[in-house]
Amino acid sequence: MSLTELLQAIIDGVLTGGVYALMAAGLSLIFGVMDIVNIAQGAMVILAGYLSYSLSVHLGIDLFLGLLITIPAMFALGVLMEWGFMRRLREGDRTSMSILVTYAVAIVIEGVLSMIFGVDYVQLQASYVDSSVHIFGFYLADIYLLGFGMAVALMVGLYAMLYRTKFGRGVRASLQNRTAADLIGINVNRTRMISVGIGVAVTAAGGMVFGATNAFNPNSGYDLISRLLAIVILGGMGSIGGAMAAAVLLLVLSDVVAVAWSPLWAPLVFFAAIVIVLSIRPTGLFGRTAARAQ
Amino acid sequence: MRMRRLGTACVVLLAASAMAAFGVSSGSATGSPVTIGASLSLSGDFSADGQAFQRGYELWATDQNKKGGLLGHPIKLDIISDASQPAQVITNYNKLIGSDHDAFVLGPFSTLLTVPASKVASRYGYAFVEGAGGAPAAFGNGLKNVFDVSVPVALNLTAFAKWVAALPPSQRPKTAAYPTSNDPFTEPQLPPAQKILQAAGIKTVYSTVFPSEVTDFTPIATQIAAKKPDVVVLGSVDVPTVSAFIHTFVQQHYNPKIFIATAGPDQGAAFVKAVGTGNENGIFVPNGWYGGSPKADSMQMVKEYIAKYGGTPSEVNADVAEAYSVGQVLTQAVQATHGFNQAKIIAYLHSNVTLNSVQGSVKFDSKGENTALQATTFQWQSGALVPTLPKGSAGTKPPIVPKPAWGS
Repeated sequence: MSLTELLQAIIDGVLTGGVYALMAAGLSLIFGVMDIVNIAQGAMVILAGYLSYSLSVHLGIDLFLGLLITIPAMFALGVLMEWGFMRRLREGDRTSMSILVTYAVAIVIEGVLSMIFGVDYVQLQASYVDSSVHIFGFYLADIYLLGFGMAVALMVGLYAMLYRTKFGRGVRASLQNRTAADLIGINVNRTRMISVGIGVAVTAAGGMVFGATNAFNPNSGYDLISRLLAIVILGGMGSIGGAMAAAVLLLVLSDVVAVAWSPLWAPLVFFAAIVIVLSIRPTGLFGRTAARAQ
Repeated sequence: MRMRRLGTACVVLLAASAMAAFGVSSGSATGSPVTIGASLSLSGDFSADGQAFQRGYELWATDQNKKGGLLGHPIKLDIISDASQPAQVITNYNKLIGSDHDAFVLGPFSTLLTVPASKVASRYGYAFVEGAGGAPAAFGNGLKNVFDVSVPVALNLTAFAKWVAALPPSQRPKTAAYPTSNDPFTEPQLPPAQKILQAAGIKTVYSTVFPSEVTDFTPIATQIAAKKPDVVVLGSVDVPTVSAFIHTFVQQHYNPKIFIATAGPDQGAAFVKAVGTGNENGIFVPNGWYGGSPKADSMQMVKEYIAKYGGTPSEVNADVAEAYSVGQVLTQAVQATHGFNQAKIIAYLHSNVTLNSVQGSVKFDSKGENTALQATTFQWQSGALVPTLPKGSAGTKPPIVPKPAWGS
């Protein structure tokens, strides 16, 4: 492997990591807020992809402009999910039960998408999907650059919301101690509902970029969920910055292994990194304690 | 007068017997239903193919019921989903045969699922006619009940490789790349082609096997683009794989002179939607059938398909024809053996008899591979998938080389 190939793999990993961070951030936020493992995250990414696809194909709306519609739509879906399913799970066994409930949600989403769109693969198309810029001898795909930029902007936005706003303080207070948060006048249910809505809304951006970089059909969510969970676990469940760091780290690692060694080993390295990191630091790179701290 | 009536009755009786013998009965099926089971990937990774197979089986059953069903028994399909999972396909065929007692079972989609399914059918002594398990893995288990009506995939790329090797020196490529999925359908296809191209002096500059569950093809495709091989032979199982390679090649400003993928470009409109209009042109794919086939029964099937599901002939998935062919072969075996006896049907299919299907002739060797059908290499030309190789075959058009620029 030449140095150029190594650098190209690192660049690819960083940019693709941004796309995965966009898809995983919502998963991390929802776990942080609700202790819910949202197995439906992959299906939601695909749902968001189809929303962008519908706006683009049927209304001719640009993919990024379409986010002005899909983000509120996904926010509404998140609010509905929290109200309809998540809130009703008992605190004690919420995490384990959430796996079953959200798996059912994933199946429903897949079924509805299959009925509406069929099972043929589609991919989002726009002029910037296939274009690239030439920098220092490397062609960098515009869609990945835009996706990475959007990932950084959204992560910074989410971080600022959680750590620099009154609402964010309420979210973190209800995470640390629900009873105490209730006593000081925080509407915990409302805070959680909005937080889940935001978590699902972020997925709209991830779904759009995923749909522009991959062909997908209603079943494609299952290919994603194991990787998204790995990212969130490595980054630290509930940590937005951790999701970004873990996504970039894992994608760089797997891309370098694919190029330097063999693509057959890339998925293994992806999960081996989790085992190694978690054996040293069980809370992940930016574990739960850190995520909930001031 | 009485003699004339008797003569007329005899003629009618003879005509009816002849029609029945040739399987062209126009009467409706009146007997008790005969249930035919199949496990198909209606969800999961192979759902696009699985649902196309379902359409093929249903079209065949509808057509055959119009002709009197199977020996007068209307066909009732019993299709259950395996979610593209080999473990589920075993459960499903045990259910279809052991619990549901279906009279026959038809094959699932892909070699990956056909191998375990055929073993279950063999344990029950059932004939296993299938249309999408053409890889060597499906025939290396010593089973006598497996019959694949489609093209054996191991030699899918041979006609293509021979054509490339025979190109005039000025046109002949000098370098080639061979990335392939480790799926049992794709992996066996590349080595024979690579051997032919290497013997012709075409240097291998990249060769790798990637896991079938890869979702990020960027590093592999980028590495190939950096090496700029003249030919890319891609071992793919589906549209997303080919689409990911194409989009990365476009982003990297790399356009191979010749590009063939083992599967994906055969998916008609779904392929074009994924890769973007214009990017499909010049891409080759081997297959056994295409929507524009001039065969009469194929044209009739395509007509019925479009009437039911819409679209154009080039948008009809080749999986539909593979499934339809399975039904046709089973029909002919049942009619020839005059019954539903599995052992007799297996013996009949092994008897070197030549049968007919919408894909072409069917004749099984001792392993159950169809030796009468050769792969055709198709190429996307001006937005349509057209047969190009072997050169000189009926209906073929000259291949376009080098591949047009992306988007043109």
